[in-house]
Amino acid sequence: MSGGPDIYHEMIVDYSRNPINYGEIENHDVTFHDSNPLCGDSIDIDMKIDDNKVTDIKFHGKGCAICMACTSVLTEITKGKSLDDVRKIEKNDVLSELGLEHLQAVRIKCALLSLKVLKSALYTYLGSNLDDKTGIDTLKTDAENLY
Amino acid sequence: MQSTESLFENIRKDFPILTRKVRDNKSLVYLDNASTTQKPNQVIDAITDYYRNHNANIHRAVYALAEESTEAYETARDKIANFVNVKNRQELIFVRGTTEAINLVAYAWGRPHINEGDIIVTTEYEHHSNIVPWQLLTQEKRAKLEYIGMDDDGQLILDDLDKYLATGKVKLVTFSLMSNVLGTITDAEKIIEKCKAAGVPTLIDGAQAVPHMKVDLDTLGCDFFAFSGHKMLAPTGIGVLWVRKSVLQTMSPFHGGGDMIREVHKYETTWNDLPYKFEAGTPNIADVIGFGAAIDYLTKIGMDNVRQHEIELTKYAIEEFSKVPGLKIYGTKDITKRGGVISFNFADVHPHDVAQIIDEQGIALRSGHHCAQVLMERLDVAATSRASFYIYNTKKDVDALIDSLNTVAKVFKL
Repeated sequence: MSGGPDIYHEMIVDYSRNPINYGEIENHDVTFHDSNPLCGDSIDIDMKIDDNKVTDIKFHGKGCAICMACTSVLTEITKGKSLDDVRKIEKNDVLSELGLEHLQAVRIKCALLSLKVLKSALYTYLGSNLDDKTGIDTLKTDAENLY
Repeated sequence: MQSTESLFENIRKDFPILTRKVRDNKSLVYLDNASTTQKPNQVIDAITDYYRNHNANIHRAVYALAEESTEAYETARDKIANFVNVKNRQELIFVRGTTEAINLVAYAWGRPHINEGDIIVTTEYEHHSNIVPWQLLTQEKRAKLEYIGMDDDGQLILDDLDKYLATGKVKLVTFSLMSNVLGTITDAEKIIEKCKAAGVPTLIDGAQAVPHMKVDLDTLGCDFFAFSGHKMLAPTGIGVLWVRKSVLQTMSPFHGGGDMIREVHKYETTWNDLPYKFEAGTPNIADVIGFGAAIDYLTKIGMDNVRQHEIELTKYAIEEFSKVPGLKIYGTKDITKRGGVISFNFADVHPHDVAQIIDEQGIALRSGHHCAQVLMERLDVAATSRASFYIYNTKKDVDALIDSLNTVAKVFKL
């Protein structure tokens, strides 16, 4: 299975052309940046968090169509969710939304960079805002082991 | 006499991989030669023959196999020396590749010669292997790394070099003879002339140049020169560092161990003769022999013919690319100043998406930053697509690439 060109269906191409939640949040509560060293995809995610809920989320950066589409979908999934629910987001929540469950190994990092950034952002936020930090390290491990 | 065109048509028969099908039974169109080249039967057979019939360690034992191995290994050194016109075989050191060669210089020459406040000059279109070793060295020594800039045509701005040389602090100027992204052929003679006038040694990364054009180290006049076998039909894991003998004699060893010593006592060691002082441990014998076979193969074709073939192919590709709406080519279009490497972007489609879609047509095209992120920053792009040619590529390969770009245009509704 090579994964493409079927993977370049309407939704992916549309999202890459018109990404959802693209931009920056000026008074964000947390922001995080990461990139894929081999292909140069680069994503920043900003979040506004009130009452343990993600009230706003935006991203910016450069990436291929897969990367931009998956990041769009991820921000849509995340927006409005409680932090506990955001912690539970898994890679297949994003991939299945776009029919990318069988994406080949070399492209999976394009699809999951944004989830890695999201998990790292949440880890950063909880690390500086929670009194009880037990259990947040799993977020960091999750992010590191995503792909 | 065989015509050049039929000569290059026949070459394809020597490369078994070119007959295979990929993906959905598509013929392979291999256009990633700047990264690594395919291997002809002559090279594959030389390696197999070595392991089947001659395998033994070199330079030590007296039995028949060891003698044969040593002779084959040293004969390959002579072939390679002859290929780039090195007169003194003691100056030619086998290494893993260009990256190791440059790191060897940064370590074994750089550490004793570079001090606080010194300047090392490189260029904006270098591969990471000619940037990072110098960052490591200059950071350790509190020296400075400076860059010769590049103009919009992909040519180096040599006024920058004059400016740095005028400080009197430059201890090394290092540059690629051909950019692995833009294909620009560097005006090495001019740079070396300026550096010689200032008494500054020069290092040339020849990884992209030696496979594609005649290089004569005897007349070039640089002090260090590095290139890799795998980009010129030879196996991976074998390359060459050439160092002018007067400079080599001022260098301390790189790796310590077997074969590089003359006498070892409990607390002191004396070094073996050149080049063995810099070849510690059992070397990559089989691949050196494979490298020798690749040199024989290229010598038979003639490097002027190789260059001519690539000029024709590149000229054709640039003409055809120029007809595709939305396709932007980077670097100069002056065919005399560039090799067979073409970097491009197609409208707003990310190079990874281009590469994946055309992979379905069996086309191996490179996408990404090509280990040249400083250059990507200069071009203000995240990545490019890159087609790079070698002796077995034909105009049909270019046509297949152009055709496949139509699929990309369809998918992305261009």
